[in-house]
Amino acid sequence: MKRTAFLLVFCSLALAAGSMRLATTTSVNDSGLLDYILPGFTQETGIDVQVIAVGTGQALAIAGRGDADAVLVHAPNLEARFLKEGKGVDHACIAFNNFVIAGPAADPARVAAAPDAVAAMRRIYQTGATFISRGDNSGTYNREQQLWRAAGLDPRGRPWYLESGSGMGATLTLAAEKGAYTLTDLGTYLFVKSKTGLADLFNRPDPLMLNQYSYMVVNPKRFAGLNTAAAYELRAYLLRKDVQRAIGEYLKDRFGQSLFNPLYGRCKEEVKP
Amino acid sequence: MTADWLEVWEVAARSLTVAGAATLLAALFSLPLGVWLGSRPRRGGLGAQVLLYAGMGLPPVVVGLVFYLLLSRSGPLGFSGLLFTKAAMVLAEAVLAFPMIAGFTMAGVRARAESVRRLVRGLGGCERQVLATLLWESRRPIVAALAAGFGSAISEVGAATIVGGDIRHHTRVLTTAVVLETRKGDLANAMALGAVLLGVTLVVTAVLVVWGERR
Repeated sequence: MKRTAFLLVFCSLALAAGSMRLATTTSVNDSGLLDYILPGFTQETGIDVQVIAVGTGQALAIAGRGDADAVLVHAPNLEARFLKEGKGVDHACIAFNNFVIAGPAADPARVAAAPDAVAAMRRIYQTGATFISRGDNSGTYNREQQLWRAAGLDPRGRPWYLESGSGMGATLTLAAEKGAYTLTDLGTYLFVKSKTGLADLFNRPDPLMLNQYSYMVVNPKRFAGLNTAAAYELRAYLLRKDVQRAIGEYLKDRFGQSLFNPLYGRCKEEVKP
Repeated sequence: MTADWLEVWEVAARSLTVAGAATLLAALFSLPLGVWLGSRPRRGGLGAQVLLYAGMGLPPVVVGLVFYLLLSRSGPLGFSGLLFTKAAMVLAEAVLAFPMIAGFTMAGVRARAESVRRLVRGLGGCERQVLATLLWESRRPIVAALAAGFGSAISEVGAATIVGGDIRHHTRVLTTAVVLETRKGDLANAMALGAVLLGVTLVVTAVLVVWGERR
């Protein structure tokens, strides 16, 4: 009886405060970033953020059907299309880090000595060293395809080119098992590094290796029943100076570098509809 | 550490309630169907039998996808707001449990139908008494059917991920938590959660079996 009463009170409180759904990419969720910054938002606003962590492609698909109120993703070309199709509004750049080419420490394709990322991919192609692709329309997969295109190469169908079809953590584990190369975001790489023993063979500044995370509100004109007010509150919260600073500080002590560098809304890579 | 374990119990409890509700919901329809199909005097309903047995192989991801499309705001039932809730998971898992419960119940009832009917009729009983006796005599296969339905509901991950979304504190269940930990590369955590899942299934099945064997 007492418990039922408690549950009723609890539920009505939750209803009064409201909740929103954020479709996002596995890298910001699995790295613990959202569990680190969202409780503060909930405490301030009373809004419970329900996080659906999938690949960027799936996150945009979910939001594009009106099943989420906002997205936090990392694929500028897909974001541009999402805006152009009128599914998203008020794009804001939140944070960035970089992509990394990880692989076996022996580095048979000599990726570490490559002058830039495109050259690194070309070396993998020419050596025929095993490469594991996500193959899942995630932000990382999109970037990988962009790199191959920039190199003027098409690895699909090659015997050394494998598609994992799974998330970044699982793909890194698979790459370690097979002694293969893979493209990964820095955050997930640092997280599972100790467990996989893969080396970050290409981890240098390169415009093509920029990994930028952006927030978009789902267009309220397209769907009924969205919690757009909450989506805008979260947008404002994520862009606030103190929250941006906190994002930059996240796990900095543990890894000796920022996992996510704040962007204060200023994009490094333009996203134009 | 304690907070982590609290969350594990929270997720385990959710797995139990979602799969339990799905089993009950499915049983509501599949038990009568199974008993009816199994107790029909002459062999028949071959088509229904084929459908039920084939249904045991329903791919959870496909069921999940169908429910996703139905319940999405862009879908026909979008107004219900059920997508990414436990209710949606219960619906999808009930569909998966349905053929298990109906199929096993039918097989169990059918195996006893003829002898029970002959006995009860021989003692001067009417058809209604035949059915009552048949139900009582089939309690063990019915328990097995419920256990199989519950097992298929609690162990599936495809539908739970697609219609539930693995939202922390809302729709995360043991199977989707195992996927999450695997994705993060925390294989030890994933294994521990898997062990909890097996434990939950074992305990529920044990309770069902003991209940069925009583008296």
